[in-house]
Amino acid sequence: MASLVGSRVERKEDTRFLQGKGRYTADINIANQTYAVFVRSPHARAKIKSVDTSKALKSSGVVSVLTGKEIAEDKIGGLIAGWAIRSEDGSEMKVPGNPPLAKDVANFVGEPIAVVFAETLDEAKEGAEKVKVDYKVLKAVVDPADAMKSEAIHDGVDKNLCYDWLLGDRKAVDEAFSKADKIIKVDLINNRLVPNAMEPRACVVDYNTASEEITLYTTSQNPHLSRLVMSAFGNVAPENKLRVVAPDVGGGFGSKINVYNEEIVCSWASKKIERPIKWVAERTESFLTDTHGRDHITHAELAVTKDGKFLGFKNETIANLGAYARVFATVTPTYLFGPCATGVYVIPAAYSNVKAVYTNTAPVDAYRGAGRPEATYTIERLVEKAALELGMDKTEIRMKNFPTQFPFKQTLVHTVDSGDYVAGLEKAKQMADYAGFEARRKKSEANGKLRGIGVSSYFEACGIAPSAAVMSLGCGVGLWESAEVRFNPTGQISVFTGAHSHGQSHDTTFAQIAADELGVPMENIDVVHGDTDKGTFGMGTYGSRSLTVGGIAIVNACKKIIAKGKRVAAKMLEVNEDEIEFKDGEFVALKSNKKKTIGEVAFACYLPGQRDEMKSPIPEGDEPGLIESSFYDPPNFSFPAGSHICEVEIDPDTGNVKVEKYTAVDDFGRIVNPNIVEGQVHGGLAQGIGQALHENTQYDETGQLMTASYMDYTMPRADNFPDFNLGFTCTHATSNPLGVKGCGEAGAIASPPTVMNAVIDALGGQEISMPATAEKVWRACKAMKKSKAKAA
Amino acid sequence: MKTFNYHSPKDVKEATKLASSSSAFLAGGMTTIPSMKLGLATYKDVIDIKNIKKLSGIKVSGKTVMIGATTKHAEVAASKDVSKAIPALAKLAGNIGDAQVRNRGTIGGSISNNDPSACYPSACMALNAVIHTDKRKIEAEKFFTGMFETALKSGEIVEAVEFQIPEKADYQKHPNPASRYAIIGVFVAKHKKDVNVAVTGAKSCVYIDKDLSKKLSSNFSSSAIDGTEVKSSGMNSDMHASAEYRANLVSLYTKKAVEAC
Ligand SMILES: Cc1cc2nc3c(=O)[nH]c(=O)nc-3n(C[C@H](O)[C@H](O)[C@H](O)COP(=O)(O)OP(=O)(O)OC[C@H]3O[C@@H](n4cnc5c(N)ncnc54)[C@H](O)[C@@H]3O)c2cc1C
Repeated sequence: MASLVGSRVERKEDTRFLQGKGRYTADINIANQTYAVFVRSPHARAKIKSVDTSKALKSSGVVSVLTGKEIAEDKIGGLIAGWAIRSEDGSEMKVPGNPPLAKDVANFVGEPIAVVFAETLDEAKEGAEKVKVDYKVLKAVVDPADAMKSEAIHDGVDKNLCYDWLLGDRKAVDEAFSKADKIIKVDLINNRLVPNAMEPRACVVDYNTASEEITLYTTSQNPHLSRLVMSAFGNVAPENKLRVVAPDVGGGFGSKINVYNEEIVCSWASKKIERPIKWVAERTESFLTDTHGRDHITHAELAVTKDGKFLGFKNETIANLGAYARVFATVTPTYLFGPCATGVYVIPAAYSNVKAVYTNTAPVDAYRGAGRPEATYTIERLVEKAALELGMDKTEIRMKNFPTQFPFKQTLVHTVDSGDYVAGLEKAKQMADYAGFEARRKKSEANGKLRGIGVSSYFEACGIAPSAAVMSLGCGVGLWESAEVRFNPTGQISVFTGAHSHGQSHDTTFAQIAADELGVPMENIDVVHGDTDKGTFGMGTYGSRSLTVGGIAIVNACKKIIAKGKRVAAKMLEVNEDEIEFKDGEFVALKSNKKKTIGEVAFACYLPGQRDEMKSPIPEGDEPGLIESSFYDPPNFSFPAGSHICEVEIDPDTGNVKVEKYTAVDDFGRIVNPNIVEGQVHGGLAQGIGQALHENTQYDETGQLMTASYMDYTMPRADNFPDFNLGFTCTHATSNPLGVKGCGEAGAIASPPTVMNAVIDALGGQEISMPATAEKVWRACKAMKKSKAKAA
Repeated sequence: MKTFNYHSPKDVKEATKLASSSSAFLAGGMTTIPSMKLGLATYKDVIDIKNIKKLSGIKVSGKTVMIGATTKHAEVAASKDVSKAIPALAKLAGNIGDAQVRNRGTIGGSISNNDPSACYPSACMALNAVIHTDKRKIEAEKFFTGMFETALKSGEIVEAVEFQIPEKADYQKHPNPASRYAIIGVFVAKHKKDVNVAVTGAKSCVYIDKDLSKKLSSNFSSSAIDGTEVKSSGMNSDMHASAEYRANLVSLYTKKAVEAC
């Protein structure tokens, strides 16, 4: 039987997603539901003097109005930071409370203060307008660069500093720097991004007054984690009385990892008001309150010899956490960032120092790539600048510093199991016609345009993650994944996974894997996810972990099925177990060549007997049924890597930047479905190129979000991109039986520096910050003309 | 959105009768509906004029192109008659916003709204358009009176826009990367006697750049405006573009437009 793993199987999801047949949270309605509208702070920082709900309560159709006072009285817990980080001086990070409804102070525009439930959405809105909040507006802390010098916004968080973290050895770095021929320096801003999932956040809560069970339908990337957090920290309901369902979810990109205020509030309130509740975010609410991404200010240095060998690296970064520390917020700028900042290079000495600060802006958390795009941007800008300053070829300097031996013990934390960085860059050069660039540059020049080429080579640590390792670094949970493979008596198979698909196409990929393992057609397999009442506990989807962790759990569960199947088949065929071979869905007795299909074995497992004869196919010590589960804890992270090359053309008169060519060569190990992987790369590239050229989140000095709609926030569109030129090198991972590596984030990780290196190349090395918008580039072009004129 | 009464009159008379100080005409809804949803505008009565047959359609005569108020941007863009008579106008319509906006937005809505960064007002100014309302005819120059302001009286309805067919014309636009409205739009029209350079996006309201128009009237070539400084004073400065950048774009796109004529 031909292997399904590796083939371009059409997506099972296409039918429902492409025909509008998906079932999203907002599609769910419960009889007698009320509609929730949140009253949100219009101020970035304000004392809440009083909240008067009396008028709202009298408003037509209003069922109930709840505030921070009631939720505090009911001892409902707030939102949490899931990862404890220690400062360089050994002190624990400082995390302020983040109540689901702010009671005493509001810390960012959009923070919920109260909630109105009414019979209709209009009535809820009208009611919300009648809630009178008396604020004392305080001076907001907005710019992360000033946060440490500003008034503390949270009690007990001195200098607005969450932690001052160090990874690496300052002394060794100083020594390395003292031996350098040249020190390359960059000052970078990693611009804040709004995730912009196509589906806004939403929740529908159904409280059963008889069983006292709460069912929460929600837009989550990890329903089990949501249940755990709401139970253990939120005190909303015990886990056995809380069912969390994340049905079809229209994109997450990290922004739907967190349990949010609205989900906690509506779950709690549904029990209180004994009515179902529906809440759907409007797009403005998404802009204001979805966790944002990135937002770093970095100074970094690379010590090099004159022939281009890297000796040392240092990275001083201020990371903006926004108003509160959310689930992955504290680890994103530390362990997901620092270790990867030395890139794909052998650098003997390195350190990363990160100061994470609070500001009166929307909370910042993991966003596609989470820390690794920031890391790659840092090192790849430095490397490109080093090439320029040393007069070396961009690719040559990279090749010179790549490791050639695997496993590669990377400077700060990771041991990379496998890879071939040279092959990736060689392939990218060839696919991008790197050698022909000068001719293309001349041609552009003849047309009055500036052409630039940029390279970036990256690796990233994903497939999170070995539980013991991450827990030793402060993670509050283990990051294993579970799977259960359940045969029905008549032979169809349900594969339950703790991973969650919100655009990743697990229905297809996981079915391909299970079909190969079990030797059955893919059509017989249904992948089930997203419901805490179905399947075992799972950790969800983020950090490109679904296949490398969740997929392996499925493989292992399938192997257990085969193992039991062999025992049962042996008894059915009246041979010894070691005489049975499983191949292509059949258990074959080697000597007699008698067979039982896996379907027959499954049937026998459920109906273990026959008329007139006292005979069971179930061997002694085994039980009936054919269901196996696995909890897989990976031995290592997964380390995809690759090299990307971008060519841009700039019109110096307007500053318009056109991405002319984009070549991405990635190593994702073994590829299960090229179609899906290419789709993941395309999406990641769109987000990364968006960050480099288009997207920018701007707050004014009072903390108002200026870019709170698509009229002002530039979401990239299809016409902003060229056809992507994708290639793959497939060095199998040695840390898992499938040889797979994570592919979900790589595009967004590698592309910002690739594009910016190309823009800066076109500008003759002039530095420019992201996003490289037309006006900024136009100014740089003018400056270039001026300095050229001066030189001439 | 607050609840409102929805009306769908069959003719202009009925429509104007329904109009009051708390009503709005609804054409494409591309501006009206978002502002109602955001709570920026509330109306008691919404008067949908899309079913008034008379208000839609394109007529080309010897000297003018007449476009009915509820004619959609996509229809103007696709019209062979418009493309033949004033290709620049079809080009302008074809580059408004995005496909969704073009399939709904109308010329009447666009000019009545008079967004400072809308495209059509520049065409009206450069092509000496006459705006036909249910009450009178208004010259473009007098129609666009300020930021989101026009000469329309309450309850007055635009029926059609009549453009003068020029000898040559072109429209050049630097789109806002987010909304795709014009950061700058320059409509250059060469008529028999003179040249009009109309600029949108730069200031609070569309205007004719008199200096550029005059220079091009005496010599219709891009070299005629070489070195002409477009002043940035009075120009919009916002997070998308500074006044200085806008000024640069005005002179640049005027040249481009002349060259494309
Ligand atoms: C995302 C986006 C991008 C856009 N990009 C561009 C662009 O690039 N260039 C550009 O020019 N425009 C652009 N627009 C504007 C769009 O093209 C419409 O022209 C505009 O939104 C209004 O037209 P409408 O027909 O939708 O009018 P509506 O929204 O229905 O009405 C707008 C206003 O005009 C009034 N009105 C409508 N018709 C009449 C009439 N016949 N008589 C009197 N009053 C009337 C209404 O009462 C209302 O006050 C964009 C809009 C959006 C949403």
